[in-house]
Amino acid sequence: MKSLAQLAEIRDEMKKSIAIRMQEKPGSDSKVRAHVLVCGGTGCTSSGSVTIREIFEKELAANGIADEVQIIQTGCFGLCALGPVVIVYPEGTFYSQVTPDDVSEIVSSHLVKGELVQRLVYDDIGGGKKAEGPVSLNETGFYKDQKRVALRNCGFIDPENIDEYIATDGYKALGKVLTEMTPDSVIELMLESGLRGRGGAGFPTARKWQFAKNSVSDKKYVVCNADEGDPGAFMDRSVLEGDPHAVIEAMAIAGFAIGADEGFVYVRAEYPIAVKRLAIAINQAREYGILGKNIFGTGFNFDVNIRLGSGAFVCGEETALLTSIEGHRGEPRPRPPFPAVKGLFGQPTIINNVETLANVAQIINNGAEWFKSFGTEKSTGTKVFALGGKICHTGLVEIPMGTPLRTIIEDIGGGIPNGKKFKAAQTGGPSGGCIPASLIDTPVDYESLMSIGSMMGSGGLIVMDEDNCMVDIAKFFLEFTVDESCGKCTPCRIGTRRMLDILTRITEGKGEEGDIEKLEELANNIKATALCGLGQTAPNPVLSTIRYFRDEYEAHIREKRCPAGQCKALARFTIDRDLCRGCSLCARKCPVNAIEGVVKSPFVIDQDKCIKCGTCIDSCKFGAISKK
Amino acid sequence: MNTVKLTIDGIQVEVPANYTILEAAREANINIPTLCYLKDVNQIGACRLCLVEIKGARALQASCVSPVGEGMEVWTNNEKLRKARKINLELILSNHNRECTSCVRSGNCELQQLCKEYGVDQYPFDGNKSEATIDEISPSIVRDNTKCISCRRCVAACNSVQKIGAIGVAKRGFNTTVGCIFGMSLADSPCINCGQCILACPVGALHEKDSTADVYAALNDPTKHVVVQPAPAVRATLGEEFGMEIGTSVTGKLVSALRRLGFDKVFDTDFAADLTIMEEGTELLGRLKNGGALPMITSCSPGWIKYCEEFYPEFIPNLSSCKSPHEMLGAIIKSYYAEKAGIDPKDIYVVSIMPCTAKKFEAGREELSVNGLQDVDAVLTVRELASMIKNAGIDFKRLPDADFDSVLGESTGAGVIFGATGGVMEAALRTVYEVVTGNTLENVEFAAVRGTDGIKEAEVDLNGTKVRVAVAHGTGNAKELLDMVKRGEKDYQFIEIMGCPGGCVTGGGTPIVDATTLSYIDLKAERAKALYSEDAGKAKRKSHENEEVKTLYKEFLGEPNSHKAHDLLHTHYIPRPKYIKK
Amino acid sequence: MALTKEQIAAKYAELEAYISENKDMDGALIPVMQKAQELFGYLSLETMELISERLDVPVSEIYGVATFYALFSLTPKGEYVISVCTGTACYVKGAQLVLDEVKKQLGIGSGETTPDGKFSIQDTRCLGCCGLAPVMMINNDVYGRLEPADVKDILAKY
Repeated sequence: MKSLAQLAEIRDEMKKSIAIRMQEKPGSDSKVRAHVLVCGGTGCTSSGSVTIREIFEKELAANGIADEVQIIQTGCFGLCALGPVVIVYPEGTFYSQVTPDDVSEIVSSHLVKGELVQRLVYDDIGGGKKAEGPVSLNETGFYKDQKRVALRNCGFIDPENIDEYIATDGYKALGKVLTEMTPDSVIELMLESGLRGRGGAGFPTARKWQFAKNSVSDKKYVVCNADEGDPGAFMDRSVLEGDPHAVIEAMAIAGFAIGADEGFVYVRAEYPIAVKRLAIAINQAREYGILGKNIFGTGFNFDVNIRLGSGAFVCGEETALLTSIEGHRGEPRPRPPFPAVKGLFGQPTIINNVETLANVAQIINNGAEWFKSFGTEKSTGTKVFALGGKICHTGLVEIPMGTPLRTIIEDIGGGIPNGKKFKAAQTGGPSGGCIPASLIDTPVDYESLMSIGSMMGSGGLIVMDEDNCMVDIAKFFLEFTVDESCGKCTPCRIGTRRMLDILTRITEGKGEEGDIEKLEELANNIKATALCGLGQTAPNPVLSTIRYFRDEYEAHIREKRCPAGQCKALARFTIDRDLCRGCSLCARKCPVNAIEGVVKSPFVIDQDKCIKCGTCIDSCKFGAISKK
Repeated sequence: MNTVKLTIDGIQVEVPANYTILEAAREANINIPTLCYLKDVNQIGACRLCLVEIKGARALQASCVSPVGEGMEVWTNNEKLRKARKINLELILSNHNRECTSCVRSGNCELQQLCKEYGVDQYPFDGNKSEATIDEISPSIVRDNTKCISCRRCVAACNSVQKIGAIGVAKRGFNTTVGCIFGMSLADSPCINCGQCILACPVGALHEKDSTADVYAALNDPTKHVVVQPAPAVRATLGEEFGMEIGTSVTGKLVSALRRLGFDKVFDTDFAADLTIMEEGTELLGRLKNGGALPMITSCSPGWIKYCEEFYPEFIPNLSSCKSPHEMLGAIIKSYYAEKAGIDPKDIYVVSIMPCTAKKFEAGREELSVNGLQDVDAVLTVRELASMIKNAGIDFKRLPDADFDSVLGESTGAGVIFGATGGVMEAALRTVYEVVTGNTLENVEFAAVRGTDGIKEAEVDLNGTKVRVAVAHGTGNAKELLDMVKRGEKDYQFIEIMGCPGGCVTGGGTPIVDATTLSYIDLKAERAKALYSEDAGKAKRKSHENEEVKTLYKEFLGEPNSHKAHDLLHTHYIPRPKYIKK
Repeated sequence: MALTKEQIAAKYAELEAYISENKDMDGALIPVMQKAQELFGYLSLETMELISERLDVPVSEIYGVATFYALFSLTPKGEYVISVCTGTACYVKGAQLVLDEVKKQLGIGSGETTPDGKFSIQDTRCLGCCGLAPVMMINNDVYGRLEPADVKDILAKY
């Protein structure tokens, strides 16, 4: 491709083809009358979406409508809990939990006769209500409060087809930047938009670009941080799987802004689908001349390479990521000098997160004012969250910044399953903190989360119910950081381990008076003195659970009791005398012979012998045994 | 050079713009505590003790890696910093084997010193310690990981400075370990035994393999005739162990102390250095004349020799076949001296006092023996000798001077300077020049091969024949030099290589100087001064003028490179695998 | 499972070719190690010595990199590699109990291989199928919404 005119040509042609999906009248005389979108994200692929697509192809052929219905494999739709997901356009009908056996019915009934397969239609419109009559995706409870900017193409286009991306105005922003804008005006626009890093700390993106632009060097780099490691966060993976070109386009725009001609995407090797689609996208962009030399005939050169992460969470920290690309142990290095001055291979470098980049082209196309129309004054735009844990709608959601946590949990997330009570939400993963039920109306934006001791982080949002022990959760996150600490600096290498030692003691009923204070002392020291962001934020889950659930810590330490009943060592298994029929089954199953009694009279558990394995509870047919 | 002005603890300083805050603070006479920092070797900001508070900065910064900035306001000492440093010290201690009283570094341990300064009086964070092992298999070096504090100074010395990579950092987090791959012993690794890691270690995690027990046993054995010989660098460094200033030459006291320790004869490795020049100079002239492998490379340094065998086996033919000086002397003691004194060589026990840990390995080489007897029986480092002197209650500083024993005790200035980088080259040139030209060399000092530059070059005119020479010290520099030779970018006839940076005066067996002191001085240059001043004070400064050496040839060896000389004073080398697999 | 001499030689040839192609690339070490890991399933001292030689990086540094990243293994892995996700979403839903059950059934711990070389257990962070939590992967097969009681039957399939 040599010019923008050619790009426009492809765009116009392809717009006709996706018109069905846009729920517009098709502008071409194509025979295609329906689009079947099958989710090809990791979640749905794991639950068998590839097979479903293959069966669709067979069934369509068998029904003789293969040339009337187009099957498109897309990225993630977001509602992973209900996968595999299939959407049929032009109606926009959302079929959830589709099994291979359901496919022929969808084809014969919906696609041949035009009758919806009601039993598979997802029609939850929020508040526990079902829709009456046909419901489109955007009217469901899960989707209606969302605003999809970064995820706009995920679950909408075929990520392996560059033409579909171009049809949704893809690479238009790059064209505009290269022909109508200067590096300064690009940075100015980004500054005006208020876009902040979506990877965790929320540093203004334009300021990073500005620093890198001001650094004088013949060689500069743009690095995309796709080393999403926060356990429970997968938005970056979804963007790469569903809309890889958006990232490539943004990297090229950033390259133009700072004066770089080379980019790296550092992506986890554990994301094979994302890696594959990204590689396809890069190759297609190269073939089209959108990457390479003299892009759109403007004299601008830019290319992108992939580097695979090898399984180290700390490499999400920007300096560690650079060290890793350079071929070393992914250990962070001190800042300053900042990467914008001295980064990859010693050259000025910007490092932006995937989700951050996914916003860039849209800001260029739609303007700063448009972007600022979402979110709050200081936290503009939207944020993607991976909802997980004890919540009905596990999945990926994108909401305007400042949306109250309650909306996310109750409306979008569909609340807590099994009638349990919401206890707390954890944001920011191992670097963040928890938000207790009492603060459920907190608006979700950078400042608000920070003020209550949590942080936005990369967007994991884990919901916990009354059965989750907060000391155990703190221990879980700390175990993670201890495991993932690079081991370079003293406070993180030894300090986090010592905190874990104390927490382990507490959850095993060996806590001592003064442990909480010792935890706080260590935590504050690690925050103040660790070398990198991983270490400096590692104590947050502990500090925030102490802040909001100190009584739980105290119950563990003083009363040797776990209020949530989760800490195994503190659990007490007892047999209810009234319910026990004396069948002796539990005593026979008990691996350590801790249960004694005479047949037909109530049995008793010897607490000294009990190893709290729970076998007895599982074996009792009368529900006579309980754990406290 | 650009400078910046900043205030540190309210004191205004103006320093070069490329300074770190730590360096700037030192200009203001402020000592910020450090542990992982080692000037020019390791600057990684890992231990988190050199923390400072900078106005406007979000977190505390490690001053060893933080650049200065114009108008910066820095605090190095307030309650917050003291507390942070103390907790980090306590954390280090929680994973450290604290058996200080039995530690070789007790009294000379940077961690111990800091704990004292920071008033550490309890261990609030004790818990499980990380898995740690002690490797005592190498004949030269012991690694005791129960004491390792993961500061990585040794790794930097081994990798960045020496470019060997015998040890490295493995695993991560709390399980991070410093050591050889797959938990191997140093003995099976590419380790060249140079001991630079020992000098870098702030604590007792690395030390030489102690040989004092063997030496005591020999001294206590009435059937043994125990002969000792100290290397040139020993006299330039031993004084430090007794509180004397760095660069003080203590030759006379050294001889007195050795006698008091009970050695039967105190000979001088400097004598053997002169002997080496006779052999090596002759060998060089022979190669120049007869077309032998050039450039010829010196072979005095056992660290360098093992490095060459492992990393550059293609240069083995270029190595001089001369044994190193103390090995030559050992062979002469057990032949010429034994004959003269009428002692059965089997009853002679030769102890070398060396600034070197690699000499311990070298002494065990099979090829360095004559008639089944090792040339040298035991090697002590300067530090081990110092501990023996202290143990014997010898008031070293007040000892009178004494002279080495004849007939292997005389030395010239040329032998003395063997201990510094460029010294062997200079000594050789002094002799070779006179042998080739037949003229008297008026100015014996070859300034071009002196000093601490990593690689030095010179061209010497020998009656119209130009000889190009080069000097490299430290295997890192040697690698650079050899690679240039390999690529054909450089062409020399004679190269001096010493395994340790600075040569023997800063060898792995010399007194350990703490990181703070090393920030202020160039240890290599300071210690070399002691040797160069001793050389300057000598009446005879050329090896071929050594009367005892001349007598040795006349009475015993015949002439340099004679058949007998070859049998006793020359050796051979073998290519070695980097890893010994079992 | 043991490879023949020819197969091993072919793998080394492939590694050598990959190195020749990429050795001048900045930061080539990790991609080369990833290739070796992919070819052999682990990094032996011999493989590391080859890489060391070709890229002029000390073996100790390669070893340091290999032990830093979870992806690299120093011992051969089992025929089937089992990864139980211990990401937050899975943890909250009881993944630890599933992992404990796998360990109990196989009698090995994380990072270990059964004596018959059939199964290895690998530490795994979020596999990204949080909707299916708790999740386990055996090679490329995904098992979701697990209970500890399911483990035995699943293992029996292999």
